Amino acid sequence: MTSTAAVGVAPSRPSLGRWSFPVGILVSLVVLYAIVANGAHEQAQDQFINALTIGAIYALIALGYTMVYGIIELINFAHGEVFMCGSFVSWWLLTTLGFSGAISDPIVLAGVLVLAFAVSMVVMGVVGVVIERVAYRRLRNAPRLAPLITAIGVSFILQNIIYVTVSNSIITIPQIIPNPVISFGPVAIREINLFVIVLAVVLMIGLQAFITRTRLGRAMRSTAIDREAAQLMGVDINTTIALTFFIGSALAGAAGVVQGLYFGITAFNIGFQAGLKAFTAAVLGGIGNTTGAAIGGFVIGFLEVISSVYGYGRWSEAAVFGALVLVLIFRPTGILGQAAGDRA
Amino acid sequence: MSAARSAVPRWAAGPLARAGTLLGHHQSVSIVLGGLVAAVILPAIALLPPFNGFGTQKDWVGGFANAGVFVLLAIGLNVVVGLAGLLDLGYAAFFAIGAYTYAYGASGFTGLDIPFWIMLPVGAGVAALFGLLLGAPTLRLRGDYLAIVTLGFGEIVPVVILNSDPYTNGTNGITGLSQPDLYGLFGVNGFGFTNPWPYFFTVVVIIMVAFMLLYRLEDSRLGRAWVAIREDELAAASMGINTVTTKLLAFAIGATTSGLAGAFYAAKLGVVTPDQFGFTVSFTALAMVVLGGMGNIWGVAAGAFVIYEIQSQGLKQLGGFVQALHVPAFALGPVSVDLGSINFLNYQYLLYGLALVGMMLLRPEGLFPSRRRRRELREAVDEPAELKIEELLEGTES
Repeated sequence: MTSTAAVGVAPSRPSLGRWSFPVGILVSLVVLYAIVANGAHEQAQDQFINALTIGAIYALIALGYTMVYGIIELINFAHGEVFMCGSFVSWWLLTTLGFSGAISDPIVLAGVLVLAFAVSMVVMGVVGVVIERVAYRRLRNAPRLAPLITAIGVSFILQNIIYVTVSNSIITIPQIIPNPVISFGPVAIREINLFVIVLAVVLMIGLQAFITRTRLGRAMRSTAIDREAAQLMGVDINTTIALTFFIGSALAGAAGVVQGLYFGITAFNIGFQAGLKAFTAAVLGGIGNTTGAAIGGFVIGFLEVISSVYGYGRWSEAAVFGALVLVLIFRPTGILGQAAGDRA
Repeated sequence: MSAARSAVPRWAAGPLARAGTLLGHHQSVSIVLGGLVAAVILPAIALLPPFNGFGTQKDWVGGFANAGVFVLLAIGLNVVVGLAGLLDLGYAAFFAIGAYTYAYGASGFTGLDIPFWIMLPVGAGVAALFGLLLGAPTLRLRGDYLAIVTLGFGEIVPVVILNSDPYTNGTNGITGLSQPDLYGLFGVNGFGFTNPWPYFFTVVVIIMVAFMLLYRLEDSRLGRAWVAIREDELAAASMGINTVTTKLLAFAIGATTSGLAGAFYAAKLGVVTPDQFGFTVSFTALAMVVLGGMGNIWGVAAGAFVIYEIQSQGLKQLGGFVQALHVPAFALGPVSVDLGSINFLNYQYLLYGLALVGMMLLRPEGLFPSRRRRRELREAVDEPAELKIEELLEGTES
């Protein structure tokens, strides 16, 4: 189980130069733009940005899947529900503070945004740690089936706590970010889209820096590579795993806030499908690999938008699922995953 | 067992012991006996208080027939989860496929009117085919991937049914399905939709047959291979077991049972719609298997029956009971609690979730465990987190 996944370790690909990664991303974006434009015609730009925004949300959720899988090799089925709960935390906060629409004062807006993200991320991070402590830690050495079953159980618990205590239908979240279009030359982007994309990129870079540059990040990576060896080297395994759950769940909490800001609605059952798609994103990018998860998230975002601009919006879930099965058949290690005999 | 035996008089001890041996060694006999006892006792219980107060005997028998569908689902899923140790979270998809297959074969929608008795195995067969198609690419991968792929499949099948209006009639589903017909045997022609008795007896017979087949399988070379794979896939493979085929067979047999249950359920309801086959069905079946005791077919069947009756009758009656107590509303911290207004049915899945987690943590072998499964799960949980031989081996394998 040990020699496979590594959180945040970029795979070395000696045959391609160091520019291959940025160039690859750029070329993919151009191709994707062409595909979107071909289907969306005059709304090409809007839809392209929409895809990036949705992709950013999936990417944030996918990071949690991939980190947890990387470190304890468990599909945390409850992760999608953590995202859903995050959206409810932001709904609760914003309505409690008495906001109902866009906030025009930029300073107030910034303050409220910081507060909303901080609260949601911390609350969901703690929820994630509690989930790990209660439901998974005792089963770390149990047969693999056991934690998977508790994971699905926890996901139902979270979903139904919201269902019975808050609401059993769709609720609206105040969209506090005003929506003017900002123009950079020929590029017109709405403030909310810009905010979401920038936020996601900042969080991802922050995560990457944390994993690669800090002591705790190194502890996470070594635990992912070989838990026993890391323990022998003095890494506190339990704290490290709890930290992984905290960060992953906090990112899902942030995604939950973004869901509210961008779509303005949430419901007790959004976590299930979002989780499935984000997991697909994580597999697509190569599970255990944080960069891969981010890329996978954007791929899923584009898949969804492309299927809808070509008039097959109702089939977007089927498209995502098809992508998952195809990846598992032809490249189970994902786009950036390392070859791993055990996993494939 | 021995305590019970010592309590009987000496003259009866011999025959009873012989009967015990017969039942122990010939599971088929106990299965037939169990089925007959269930077929006689369950309708009788419905006449006794307090059960007769909750509904007429007809209502109860209809409910038992539905419970039988879930018993079928659970014993099929038990092969996949309990014996082979594969987590199938999209079990309802095969249920849907079986049901829609029956709808295609016996409704005005396609104009076909193939008899129920032919469509029953056809529905099971089509579901098995889909099981093979889905399992073949994914069973090569690790177990977790199977869980997520089946989860996705279970989610996609209702979506596809919903979106393919011309072929499935979308949201409205297919109505006017033909009823089963015995052509005068036992004096029964059309089963009708108002008389639950023929459905009840049919499902009891189907369960008995499925039980026997699955029980024989469990004790066969294949069954032992499933258990071997569940306990240690690497060791099983080194012993010459073809793990992919073996897992695929478990998966397909589970799908077959689910399809069978689906075809029967569709015939009983006379209508199929995509929303009957959501994730909650898969989840309920999983809860039944886990609570009943993974790997023990009797425990799983009992668990399925009990859970079905709790969700269809128990929670409803609990609500009525609490209402009748007239507990005044009280404040629990900031929340005001009015027990009388609680709809306990809403808490159903919350309870399942809590039960699943609690069960896996405290009693992973289920309420009615199989001895082997119990030992396996207990050992693994109780073992201290130190270096184990298997882990050392695993570290070197790739």
